[in-house]
Amino acid sequence: MNYVLRGIGVLAAVGSFSLLAFTLPSGGEARGDSGGDDRMPRLTHTAWQQECASCHLAYSPALLPKASWQRVMGGLDRHFGENASLDPVTQADILRFLEANAADSGTSRMGDKVMQRMDTNAAPLRITETRWFVKKHDEVPRATWTRKSVGSAANCAACHRQAEQGMFNEHDVRIPK
Amino acid sequence: MIKRIAWIGVALLSSHAMADTPADFMARYAQQAGVAVSALSPTRGEALYRGEHPGREGKPVSCTSCHTANPKGTGKTRVGKPIEPLAPAANPQRFTDAAQVEKWFRRNCTDVLQRECTPQEKGDFIAWLQQLK
Repeated sequence: MNYVLRGIGVLAAVGSFSLLAFTLPSGGEARGDSGGDDRMPRLTHTAWQQECASCHLAYSPALLPKASWQRVMGGLDRHFGENASLDPVTQADILRFLEANAADSGTSRMGDKVMQRMDTNAAPLRITETRWFVKKHDEVPRATWTRKSVGSAANCAACHRQAEQGMFNEHDVRIPK
Repeated sequence: MIKRIAWIGVALLSSHAMADTPADFMARYAQQAGVAVSALSPTRGEALYRGEHPGREGKPVSCTSCHTANPKGTGKTRVGKPIEPLAPAANPQRFTDAAQVEKWFRRNCTDVLQRECTPQEKGDFIAWLQQLK
């Protein structure tokens, strides 16, 4: 009984500590809150969040290299079959932010992991085409992605319930029927 | 000099304080189209909303593809993110911000019609949506 209570206490402490670590803005340490294996680096940028997230999750810049973001932002008038064009000022502002925090910017552990599996000079347009993503999801059957409840692999939040908060812990994954 | 500064101040304040309304947009688009506001047609606006057109990938598209047949309901983007209702009766934020309104007309008209909408079409569209109860 005592052990059970102690266990709960430890879990609660660890839980609230990691929650705090995620909610609090990062301090002076350059890579202090730069994401890990299952969470995206904590970033805030008004235009990125407002504009990108009006149609889809504001995908982390750490998931693609700079060259990819340049291609994405250079083709917004035909963005995966949709017109997502922006005024030039906002477009340049968002691109600067994406480049500064890209997978190959050296600013996050998440980015390092993505780059470990990236070919030199590769500039994929889709996060789902990166070897990092493919490896991470290799146990998900192909048919799962196209279920009506999921739609496509672009819909992170269908299974990663805390994707909006940047949390991608494998144990929180619930694949909808 | 002081008078001029005061005027600039008043102009700045009012441009921030006064949000646009659907009626403001109707007046503006009617003026751009060179017609009276009374010449805007909710019937044509609804036809524009429901009309199907050949999409970029061969599949027919219309406004309803994302906004659904009911503009007072919640829509869905292609990747599954909810879209707030279009009709001001269900979502008072609609047609209150010129930059937003112009951005989405530009994007969505080119997606659905393969061209930008005319001021007359934009006026008709809002005329229909704003009279839905």
